[in-house]
Formats: sequence, structure tokens, C-alpha cells
Amino acid sequence: MTLGRLEEAAALDRTWADAPGLRGWLSTTDHHAIGRRFIVTAFGFFVLAGLLAVTMRLQLAVADNDLIGPDLYNQLFSVHGTAMMFLFAVPVMEAMGVYLVPMMVGSRSIAFPRLNAFSYWILLFGGLMLFVAFCLNIGPEVGWFSYPPLAGPEYSAGKRQDVWAQLITFSELSALLGAINIITTALKMRAPGMTLRRIPLLVWALVITSFMVLFAMPSVMLGSTFLLTDRLVSTQFYNPAEGGDALLWQHLFWFFGHPEVYIIFLPGLGMISQILPTFCGRKVFGYFGLLMAMAVTAFLAFGLWVHHMFTTGLPPVGMSFFTAASILIAIPTGLQIFCWIATIAGSGQLRFASPMLFITGFFFIFIIGGLTGVMLGSMTLDSQLHDSYFVVAHLHYVLIGGAVFPLFGGFHYWFPKMTGRHLSEAAARWTFWLFFIGFNIAFFPMHVLGLQGMTRRIYTYSSDTGWEALNMLSTLGSIIIAASILVFIGNVLRSRRCGVLAGDNPWNAATLEWATPSPPPPYSFVRPPVVSSREPLWEVEAPGEVVGLPTDIRSTLVTRVHDAAPDHVELLVSPSLAPLLAALAVSGMFIGSIFTPWAAVWGGALVAICLVYWFWPRNRDTQEHLAHEIKPEVDLQAPA
Amino acid sequence: MNRSIDVSGLPTYGYGSRALTWWGTAGMMLTEGVVFLGAVAAYFYLRLHSEQWPPYGESPQLFWGTLNVAILAVSALPNHYAKKCSEREDLRGARRGLVLCVVFGVLLLGIRVFEYVGINTTYTGSAYGSITFALLTLHTVHLLTDFIDTVVLAVLLFTGPLEGRRFVDVSENCLYWWFVVVSWIPIYLTIYIAPRLL
Repeated sequence: MTLGRLEEAAALDRTWADAPGLRGWLSTTDHHAIGRRFIVTAFGFFVLAGLLAVTMRLQLAVADNDLIGPDLYNQLFSVHGTAMMFLFAVPVMEAMGVYLVPMMVGSRSIAFPRLNAFSYWILLFGGLMLFVAFCLNIGPEVGWFSYPPLAGPEYSAGKRQDVWAQLITFSELSALLGAINIITTALKMRAPGMTLRRIPLLVWALVITSFMVLFAMPSVMLGSTFLLTDRLVSTQFYNPAEGGDALLWQHLFWFFGHPEVYIIFLPGLGMISQILPTFCGRKVFGYFGLLMAMAVTAFLAFGLWVHHMFTTGLPPVGMSFFTAASILIAIPTGLQIFCWIATIAGSGQLRFASPMLFITGFFFIFIIGGLTGVMLGSMTLDSQLHDSYFVVAHLHYVLIGGAVFPLFGGFHYWFPKMTGRHLSEAAARWTFWLFFIGFNIAFFPMHVLGLQGMTRRIYTYSSDTGWEALNMLSTLGSIIIAASILVFIGNVLRSRRCGVLAGDNPWNAATLEWATPSPPPPYSFVRPPVVSSREPLWEVEAPGEVVGLPTDIRSTLVTRVHDAAPDHVELLVSPSLAPLLAALAVSGMFIGSIFTPWAAVWGGALVAICLVYWFWPRNRDTQEHLAHEIKPEVDLQAPA
Repeated sequence: MNRSIDVSGLPTYGYGSRALTWWGTAGMMLTEGVVFLGAVAAYFYLRLHSEQWPPYGESPQLFWGTLNVAILAVSALPNHYAKKCSEREDLRGARRGLVLCVVFGVLLLGIRVFEYVGINTTYTGSAYGSITFALLTLHTVHLLTDFIDTVVLAVLLFTGPLEGRRFVDVSENCLYWWFVVVSWIPIYLTIYIAPRLL
């Protein structure tokens, strides 16, 4: 019996619906719901970390200020940096990926829906731990990179650095699992016909980023665990008196820390490559070049870490190598910028809607950040500017310009897809201009302050340094940024209820997420698409359809990696509380380990129980699966 | 022309890299492989910055660690057998294979206790002791994890509920056991042989 499209949609609505009430909310494995929560949560941490930054700016606004003391100030910049890097920048990009990638490749679901829910809860609990600790006056206090010996047991008594080390464990665990999910979804669940050369650039960017995560994050997890055990059970990894080495930490940290920058900003570049063609009304120029540039950037990113350690007295030959590698990375970045300029130049009808404004802001800010980066890549100059406000300016130009502006472009671009309604364009323009102007007022003066000798992480300065005017300017800028974020939040809250209805494809974009209704149902596609080009929605003919997927059980199509030919139908597991329970157990173990090593033992047992519960198949699921099961052709003659 | 594709006749699971589970397992192996690599790198980094290695005391006793190398190597056989049986969906064979794997797991974990006893250092005494313990513990955690996985799968194969995909799980669990076996070789060489040679 063949059902009509409407009957199919109605059946899918029933099959994919979550249980009503709180239980359904807590047990959902819908990648849209998890993705939205993930984005909102990461944005919440962005706002909190931003408020800490404004507080720091208020303290620095005038000389000899006594608004806050040195102890709180140390916690402010440490929690600010830690939260921005580990709770906002990486997770929010991954959150966008979790929400968008399945739809962009034409799949009904993410590869591992329960794992996806688990990595969300882990991030949430980790973030809550950090901010609760901060409120209890046990916030980390020695910077976002937590160098021993300062962070070690001898110089940082109390639990502040243990909280930091465990936050790293939380956030990296979440990121690692998310990366595996994104890679598998993008490589194995693409719409038939979406060959490797037809994958949207944002999806490529997220896949490359995810591979970087898999190679970079284990290093810092290992390092922070060593730090924790040094503090908790007196191991000696970083203690020079017993054969340890504090620089070991710097190697482990920056082997992760430098790729981290590209982990944050490659997805931003992917968003630009996705948004720009839509508003230029033409295909992106140099698809293959852009893809290769991202891959080369990812590769080079692993050869740069020592440039964070130029002032630690390593051998000069190594230094020259890392200087060259640092400057080399400007080449693929430059290549991408030229590809985008060519895309803009070749378009007949550039539309300056709000997402495009943020992209323009990116060009301006990121190029300045890139130029100061080339300057700092040189060891000689870096030795002078190390730990000065010049570096603060540089890293904010790179990260806010390279990641946050494209991300805000992305928020404005995909908001209609997520909610079905447009953001107010007027408010969006206010957001942009306040942010853009405020940002430059806040951070440009820091270049000058750095050159004048103002060092990082000082809680005050005396009036005879002559730094007062520029610091005041910078503080004003930070308040303007705060105002722009306020406008943005107001815009989101208002528009999601009363915004102009958007329709399925309001920007006339080319990629598959726009082939779903806005907002998309949990299964995204009644009949997943079959594509025959890189811009399926710009073809004269509508994309083909995958028919014959079951409608009475959650299922999606799995395809082959190299040619996206249909391989098998994946029957998905049902929603479950298990990811939440497992996340609670893991959080108990991590937080308990701050206080006693036994938490690792008892917590580990609890985690094991939760994971067995997670894995153990429910009878009802098994019956449903058996009813739909079609065995693969297995070779029964194969010798054992 | 854009065609439609009817997928109603496709199988509902597949083995090896066709399965999503394979990709999940491969991702975990990659991640954990990088963790091992980082720990081994840290070991030699610390070695470079010490004059004597081990700084005091003797190198770890060879016997138990070497015994575990041998037993791990032999455990690859029932593991391979369980994998092959599961891929043929031979339930009896898979059960047999997994039970043998569980027996090997118990044996390996038991010997691991003696390895800890014979390591001739403490984790608090020196950076050497810390990193040696870290390497051994990292591998033990993997041993233990895959042991528990194997027990759970073995019980499932006897009690049900069963569907075809459970055989994929068994196959991927066996793949992961290969990782536990192979990763022990560089870690064994680092813990037991490196202090004698360097």
C-alpha cells in the first residue's frame, strides 16, 4: 500500500513525537531540540562571560580604581576566558553543526541521537559547575591556560584550579563526542547523489573542525588530568623538584590551544562560504580552493603551538621553524578571502540583508586581526609584545572577527529556519552597528596600550602611566557591545513570537536545510531528497525523493562514504532518559574527583551502571525493529 | 533528470564500515589513540629532562607485563572467532567466542593487579612514577571498559532480547578489543623496556 505524502507526514508526526510533558523534554533525542538548547545554552554562557568582561572593563576604566580587588579580578579574567573558549566558542559552533548538518546533508536524524543528548547535558552541567563555583568564590584564578607551577598545589591552594581542570574534562568530553557525531553524520548519512564534491562547505568546515577536535582535545584532557592528580593525589608531572617539568604542561596545552583557535574559526569560515553565495545570488567562487584552504589550515594549525611559547627559552632552530609555520598560515587564509571577494565581485545582485552585514564586519575586523597575527608570528616582535594588551587586542580581533561575527551572521541567517519567523531587520541593523562600532572602540585602543607597555591581567594601574584615556575609551566600547547584545536578545525574544512569517526558503538559498518546513519537524524530511548538484534548490527541477522509508518507526537512510549511494536503512533507538542519567553520573564523578580520588572509583561504577542501562535494549524497541528487520546478505559459508 | 529512489528493500543494518557503530567505534579509537600517544610523548619528554631513569629504585618487573603481552596476543584468537561468528550471525559461535573473551578478560585483569604490585615505583615519588602509573592506568581503564562491554554483550546473547543489530555490536566490540590489544604493545615497550634501554 502506498500512502500519499500527507498521510506519510501525519504518520511521521506520530512516530517522531516525544512523550508529552517534562519526561519527554528531558528524554528527547531530536537533534533540532538538542541543537536549539545547545545554542541557547552556549549563548547563555557567552552572555555571562561577557558580563564578567564588562565588570573588568569597569575596574580598568580609571587609574587606581578600587571597584574590585585583585583576587576577584583574577577570577574574573580566568572565568571569562575559560567560559568564552570552552563553554561558548567551541560548543556553539558544534551546536550549530548538530542542528544544521543532518538537514544540510538531507538526513532525518543525526548519527547517534542519544550520544548527542549526552554531550549536551555534559556541557550544561560542566558550565553550571564553573559558574556556581565562581559564585561560591572558588572560581579559577590563574588564566584560561592555567600554567603550573602557579596552578599547581604549591601556589594555588584551595579548590579553584581543580574546578578549572574538571571544567576542561567536561567540555572536552562533550566536544569529542559531538565531533564523532558530526563526522559520522556528514560522511554516512548524506542524501543519495551528494557526492564528496557536492557537500556544502559549512558541512566540510565542521567535518574538518571535528577531526581537529579529535586530534587536539585529548592532549588538553590528558594535561588537565595530570594537573588534577598533581593537586589531588600528589603526582609529580609538573613538579621540577621530583623530575617533573612545568613546560610539559605548556606543550600539552598549546598542542591543543593553537588548533583550538582554528577549531573555533573554521566553522565561522564555513558559514561565510554558505551565506555569501545566497546573498550574491551565485555559486561560491573556488569551491575546491576553499575546501583545500580549510584542510591546509587545519593541518598547519598543528605545527604552530610553540609560537605561544616563544618567551620560554626553547632552542632557536625550533623557533625559526615555528615562526615560518605561523606566517605560512596566512596563505590559505588569504586564499579564502580572495575566493569570497571573487564571489562578491561576480554577483549581479548583492543583497545587504543583516546576515550579509555581519559578514562584511567579519572582513574588516578579521583582516586586522590577521595582520597583527602575522606580526606576532615573528619571534622577535613577539618577545617584545608577549603578555601585553597588544595580544589581547589581536586575539579578540581574530576570535570575535573570525568567529563571532560570522556566527551572528549565521544566527540571523538560520533564525527563520529554526523558528519560522524573521528577526526584525531594523533591530538586526542596530545590533550590527552597535557591535561593530563598540567592538572597534573597545579593542582598537588596546593595540596602542600594548605598545605603550600595558601588560595583561593587571587589576589596576597608576595614573602617571598615561593609559587612562584609552582605557576609558575601551570601557565605553565594551558597554556599547553589551547594548548591542541586549538589542539582539530583545529581537530574538520578540521575533520568535511576532516576527514576519518566513516560509521554507526566505533567502532563496541553495542548500537542503531550506527544503524543509520552517521550523522543521523532528524528522526534517517526509521524503529525504535525492540531489544531482551542489546547489540542489537552485536547479530548475526539484530534487528527487527517497521513497519507501518506514513511517511507523524512526528511521533514516545510511549511504556510502565516497558516492552517497544508498546502503541501508538505519532503525533508530527510541528517546530515553539514559543520556541524562549517564550525564548526571559522569558529572557526579567529575565534580566528586575535585574533592576525593575515590569519586573516580564509585563514580566510575555508577557511570558503568548508567551506560549498561543506556545500552540495554528495550523489549518494545526490539519487537519494532524485528518487525522491520531485513538482514544484509551475509556470507554464511565464510570460515570462522 | 532527478529520479526518485525506492529504499524499501534495503537491509536495516550492515557490518564493518557500513555500520554507523563502526564509525562511532573508530572515532573513539582515534581519540583514545591520541590520548595514548600524548601520554607516551609525555613519558619521553620527562625522560629527556631527567638524568637518571628511573630516578630511584628499579625498573618494573618484566614478568607480569610480558605475560600480559602474551595473553593479550592469544586473546586475539577467541576475539577474532567471536567477530567472525557474529558476522555470520552464528549465535552459538558468537556466544562461545564471547564467553572465552570474558575468561581472558578476567585473566588479564587479574594479572594486571600483579603488574601494579611489581611496578617498583609509586605515583607520588617522582615524575617517572607518575607517568608510569598514568600509562598503566590508562590502559587498564580500556581493558576494564571493554571487559564490561563484553560481559554485557555475552549476557545479552544468552538472555535476549535479540535482533540482527546485536551481531553488529558484537563485531564492533571485537574491533575495539583489537585496539586494546594493539595499544598495549607501545605502552608495554614504554613502561617495561624503555627504562632498561634509555
